[in-house]
Amino acid sequence: MYQYDEFDADFVQERAVQFGRQVEDRLAGKITEEQFRPLRLMNGLYLQLHAYMLRINVPYGCLNSTQMRKLAHIARVFDKGYGHLTTRQNMQFNWIKLSDMPAILLELASVEMHGIQSSGNCIRNITADEYAGSAADEIEDPRVYCEILRQWSSLHPEFSFLPRKFKIAVSGSDRDRAVIKAHDIGLRLHKNEAGEAGFEVFVGGGLGRTPFIGKSIRDFLPTQHVLSYCEAILRVYNQLGRRDNKYKARIKILVHEMGADVFGEKVEKEWAEIRETALELADSETARIRGFFAPPAHEKLDDDDSDLAGDPAFATWVEQQTAGHKKPGYTIVNVSCSPVGKPPGDISAAQMDGFADLADTYNFGEMRVTHNQNLVLTDVRKKDLLPLWQKLVTLGLATPNHGLISDTICCPGLDYCALANARSIPLAEKLSERFADQQKQKDIGEIYLNMSGCINACGHHHIGNIGIVGVDKKNSELYQLMLGGSAEEDASLGKILGRGFDEDGIVDAVECVINTYIELREAGEKFIETYRRVGPDPFKEKVYSAPA
Amino acid sequence: MHQVVIANRLTDGIVVFLGREPEWLEGLENCQPAQDAAQAEALLARGAAAEAEQFVVGPELIEVELREGVWVPVKMREAMRSRGPSVRSDLGKQAEN
Repeated sequence: MYQYDEFDADFVQERAVQFGRQVEDRLAGKITEEQFRPLRLMNGLYLQLHAYMLRINVPYGCLNSTQMRKLAHIARVFDKGYGHLTTRQNMQFNWIKLSDMPAILLELASVEMHGIQSSGNCIRNITADEYAGSAADEIEDPRVYCEILRQWSSLHPEFSFLPRKFKIAVSGSDRDRAVIKAHDIGLRLHKNEAGEAGFEVFVGGGLGRTPFIGKSIRDFLPTQHVLSYCEAILRVYNQLGRRDNKYKARIKILVHEMGADVFGEKVEKEWAEIRETALELADSETARIRGFFAPPAHEKLDDDDSDLAGDPAFATWVEQQTAGHKKPGYTIVNVSCSPVGKPPGDISAAQMDGFADLADTYNFGEMRVTHNQNLVLTDVRKKDLLPLWQKLVTLGLATPNHGLISDTICCPGLDYCALANARSIPLAEKLSERFADQQKQKDIGEIYLNMSGCINACGHHHIGNIGIVGVDKKNSELYQLMLGGSAEEDASLGKILGRGFDEDGIVDAVECVINTYIELREAGEKFIETYRRVGPDPFKEKVYSAPA
Repeated sequence: MHQVVIANRLTDGIVVFLGREPEWLEGLENCQPAQDAAQAEALLARGAAAEAEQFVVGPELIEVELREGVWVPVKMREAMRSRGPSVRSDLGKQAEN
């Protein structure tokens, strides 16, 4: 993975010291909250319902074991013993003291971490396929371009005060595991007829109160132009995006109102002006960055699956949690942080430390955070799966629910978040308990259940096959049910089925939807496929005919 | 209508309450709410002064009511702030009781 050079290390260290001084000024009463707020947000520090919340960047989801142990240390010493994995592949701590921030940032800087640009109207943490570098279906490693984009977007002088926040995601495979069509810019690596790698460029995707699926404005962008093309997009947005209304300020509104064709023409015109500048990537620079992402020292192994049977619980976990690797004898391991009846994405300091040890032992010292609020080990020898599983069981990280209904995406909701209208974590817990039976989950098959505690959609409810959004109705929590969303290459937005439900009612309604799907499905049909075939009416009829 | 001022303490972000007694409190148990508009206005002015003195952030009036002899916030959001996350009874003010 990428390692800081002297410039990076000095910059992050200086920034930590600078913010430390700003905190001291704030605590001494030299600056007001109004003056301090933009400074703390630029460093990822929010003020939430119960305390300060610190969001720490995990660039495109990549962490090493030293960094994970540092996060465990911060959880233990400065927080309340746990952290929370987010849908931008970051980690958040919910109980931070402002007076501890100078020390925390120095701790983070010592392991090449920070919270810079994890908030504010700037380019946020760039996200990627969590299997990057290892996926059997990968065309090219997206982390190379994520890192190039990260360096370009860090403190970019033109794009530090955009109309609104800006999110970029990069996928390196035909299978979209990075939700690129729900991003301000989504980049899909693919090959043209000549066998050259390039990007299909999507713009204007996003969730929140006005969701849109991103539109393709360029089928093929040679990789050396990725910076100049993104710069052209940002320039058009920065000039024409609305600044008078924060709810209409995202690029998705501009693209929608202008039309993707017109927006694309403006980008192409801007790009023509800047494509042959210093922004054009030299092969040597791309090669230099690619060098940081060289594959680990894989052994030459036979692709032998004979040791993967035996203990039924182990066999179930292997079947559910592993994915195809490009190297024979190796596999990708999805590690669930959504155990039944627990908050999705929460991970204790002991689990972080234990997982860091497992990464050292079985995965070349590295790991990934996923947008589904889980963890991944990308380069595990198949012959190590049994001892790895045994240790994950001990750590409470062996729930075999990858891609199943209990593996939910869930925002912090009203339990923590100052923006939320309703709680979301209790729903995730209740739903995972309702569907806890492994056989039942397997029978339901691949399905994505996402929930948010308000319309800001941090829980990605619009693109869950089943989505739930909480609203406040006369000081009571009310939950709306959406069906038909998808986060993958066939991305779609879910539609509200009908009137909302209370907390118990929404759990029953989801079960009714699932039972209806089981009745209606054809052989081998996933939930989303059945829904697209039959439409919402059969589900609506069943859900709303049930006694209230 | 009974009201208190709620805010986050500057140094650690912890939720604090201000009633008619002179000090900020971490819990509502011993808080004495304002009982009319004039008292509420005076409370909010004290909250604003505390913000100007850099002791708290975001002071605002909230409505409270007596339930089983204890003052509790009427709105769910403030009820959550007064207790802690509903999904982790070991965290927040509820854990200290």
